[in-house]
Amino acid sequence: MSTDATLSFEEAMEKYDPVLGFEVHVELNTKTKMFSSAPNVFGDEPNTNVNEVDLGMPGVLPVVNRTAVESSIKIGLALNCKIAEYCRFARKNYFYPDTPKNFQTSQYDEPIAYDGYLDIELSDGTVFRVEIERAHMEEDAGKLTHMGGATGRIQGADYSLVDYNRSGVPLVEIVTKPIEGAGSRAPELAKAYVAAVREIVKNLGVSDAKMERGNVRCDANVSLRPHGRERFGIRSETKNVNSLRAVEHAVRYEIQRHAAVLDSGEPVIQETRHWHEDTRTTTSGRAKSDADDYRYFPEPDLVPVLASREWVEELRATLPEPPAARRKRLQADWGYSDLEFRDVVNAGVMDSIEETIAAGANASVARKWWMGEIVGRAKTADVDPSELGVTPETIVELNKLVEGGKINNKMASQVLDGVLAGEGTPAEIVEKRGLAVVSDDGPLLEAIDAALAAQPDVAEKIRSGKLQAIGAIVGGVMKATRGQADAGRVKELILERLGVEG
Amino acid sequence: MAAINRDDVAHLARLAHIEMSAEELDRMAGELAVIVDSVKSVSEAAGDDVPATSHPIPLSNVFREDVVGHTFTAEQALSGAPDSFEGRFKVPAILDED
Repeated sequence: MSTDATLSFEEAMEKYDPVLGFEVHVELNTKTKMFSSAPNVFGDEPNTNVNEVDLGMPGVLPVVNRTAVESSIKIGLALNCKIAEYCRFARKNYFYPDTPKNFQTSQYDEPIAYDGYLDIELSDGTVFRVEIERAHMEEDAGKLTHMGGATGRIQGADYSLVDYNRSGVPLVEIVTKPIEGAGSRAPELAKAYVAAVREIVKNLGVSDAKMERGNVRCDANVSLRPHGRERFGIRSETKNVNSLRAVEHAVRYEIQRHAAVLDSGEPVIQETRHWHEDTRTTTSGRAKSDADDYRYFPEPDLVPVLASREWVEELRATLPEPPAARRKRLQADWGYSDLEFRDVVNAGVMDSIEETIAAGANASVARKWWMGEIVGRAKTADVDPSELGVTPETIVELNKLVEGGKINNKMASQVLDGVLAGEGTPAEIVEKRGLAVVSDDGPLLEAIDAALAAQPDVAEKIRSGKLQAIGAIVGGVMKATRGQADAGRVKELILERLGVEG
Repeated sequence: MAAINRDDVAHLARLAHIEMSAEELDRMAGELAVIVDSVKSVSEAAGDDVPATSHPIPLSNVFREDVVGHTFTAEQALSGAPDSFEGRFKVPAILDED
């Protein structure tokens, strides 16, 4: 396998303008398949979630899953699409062992949803509108495992094994219009777009939306044209891009590869590319040719789907608050600045903060904890902050202990360590580790007297009104009490001792 | 007469995975043209007020509730397979396609 030449991303951007397009397949989480009553379950024993319809046996009759149609309409609505009043299924004919019928039941020129858009917010707050061409209903194919050969790839395989459990799982394919004007933000936009689609279908509850299980899969189309030219360049379509990170990397790589091809004076070949996560490169699949002559025709075994306006409005009324609108509302409710809120979103702690506030913390306390102690620990542990094991209740309790003067912030951090180590609730850990702030004035006064005696010149300064010098005495007291004193109280007592008004 | 040439037939035969001899391709090119013309006469019979249809009965929205029904066991599913391995259909490697 030869390695393709690439230009640096910066050079590619100087010379060319990228145009993107995405096909995102979303597996619906219905209980049964699109056209059969066999269960739609991931990970079961091979070929046990199938019946005669999924195996494409002669004479069987597919019947459309009502819930799958409703989920598809909901996706269309969430993508700001129009919903077709009348649409049909069509046969997409091709021979390949992942499809036992030798056709995939899909939709061709009559998708259930069309002409939508999605506003994508990039990491710096820029909003980029992606136009949606269509979202159509279809069925997933079976899973092939290529055996023999060195790499598990199809090249060099001796034979393939087929599991049809996934065959017939309801899919919605979302197709964008060509996306122009992204410039050097193209890789980031690609990732943000797929993330937004995933977030929407998850929020709608119509898909499990787990990319690692293939619930959301992306084919990324990339082409380049010289700056200022209107006509699109020749595109490649990269398949098998199944993580958000991979989407970003694949678009970036293809831009760099196309740029090198164009620079050499050769035309880009219109073809399918395969993404390889290990090398972060693509390799050539088949050239687009008459292998794509699918001879679509209306599926004679299925009747048209009529989406009455009443039905569509009923479904619209069930839609949850869109993720972007929810973010806007939460930011306003919490009073965070744009920058603060973006950091919260990028750190992946928005939901956790919402739960913490619901549990009784105020917005700034919740943010302080999640963006400080918890994000830091999550980074060290290399997990998502929400997976660290900190509950909203823990934070509320920790904050109460701090605000009540029972512990200081430094101790609170140690208590959090204790909670994560499974030592008990914050109150129990304060008890067990003997972390309570020394609030009995007796030992504090002793430490203060010692500190004043050790630094008589500082004591004199404070007496003469130079109150900023007090830090040195407070520091001495904190050292003597091993940090277990309430610094505020210490300050008060020092002033009292020296007879100075604070 | 509809224009169906030999190359069209060869292309369709390849897409349909049908092996055809040179004589068959020649003969079929002529026959298919006649068939296409015959089907065309249906369009002439239907006026502008008759919409195209893909189903003989004007039905719509035939749905199934999302309730799990019957399934095969892996043994049943594989009972008609030419070859199988560990509960899965075994098929020849396909090297010249995606």
